Amino acid sequence: MSEATDEPPITLYRLQACPFCERVVRKLDEYDLDYHSRFVEPMHSDRNVVKRVSGARTVPAIVDEETGVTMSESANIVEYLDKTYGGAN
Amino acid sequence: MELGFEVVDLPETDYPTEGEQAPDFTRPLVTDEQWEDVSLSELAADQPVLLVFHPMDGAFPSTYMWNELRDRAFEDDHDVQVVGVSISSPYEHMTLIDDREMEFALFSDPQNGVAEAYDIVNDLDGMAGVSEPRPAVFLVDSELTVQYAWAAEEWPDFPDYDAVSDAVASL
Repeated sequence: MSEATDEPPITLYRLQACPFCERVVRKLDEYDLDYHSRFVEPMHSDRNVVKRVSGARTVPAIVDEETGVTMSESANIVEYLDKTYGGAN
Repeated sequence: MELGFEVVDLPETDYPTEGEQAPDFTRPLVTDEQWEDVSLSELAADQPVLLVFHPMDGAFPSTYMWNELRDRAFEDDHDVQVVGVSISSPYEHMTLIDDREMEFALFSDPQNGVAEAYDIVNDLDGMAGVSEPRPAVFLVDSELTVQYAWAAEEWPDFPDYDAVSDAVASL
């Protein structure tokens, strides 16, 4: 599927009800960042789509087209968002 | 179907027909490995869409419909993408996609709002509070103009696959 031109630059790979994912969502909301959610399988072994994107099957993972960054692990993502988008606040 | 009794008739509806505009909507679109919010107009901008409303995943008409659509593989020979809609959750859609060994994506619409917009709601007798789309097929172009439309008039009822085939061939 091709991306529409008005797609938000940030894509968040997430699992429903995953607290680590919600932690990232809270941070995205805090900085008022527009993002697109992609939900994946609960079964870790079935998450090949995330592996193809980030190299690992863990969620959350984000892809930020604005900076070209792809990243896993909520603590890393939160730190990245703070550093990249937190300055202006 | 040739049965020795009357099948349940569904009430008349005012679903969009050839030349009319299909209502746009956004719902989670489920593949075998993920789901994300996608609008019908986004999909159609890429390629004409054969939008297939089906009963909840696991009901036998859904099994029959998807087996037939998988085997006919309209998307192999024509400029069309086949996409489903039912009230089933994304998790159930992933199971259906695996079970039917198909590559179609399916919209998840548990509250049946898309069927309401298309005027093809089927209130299910004996399942309190549950409604789903009646089986229906809409072929839409990039402007969401309906090129072919069919909606069940009986319960159960199945698409005329040869008519669908002619419609996708004439795109």
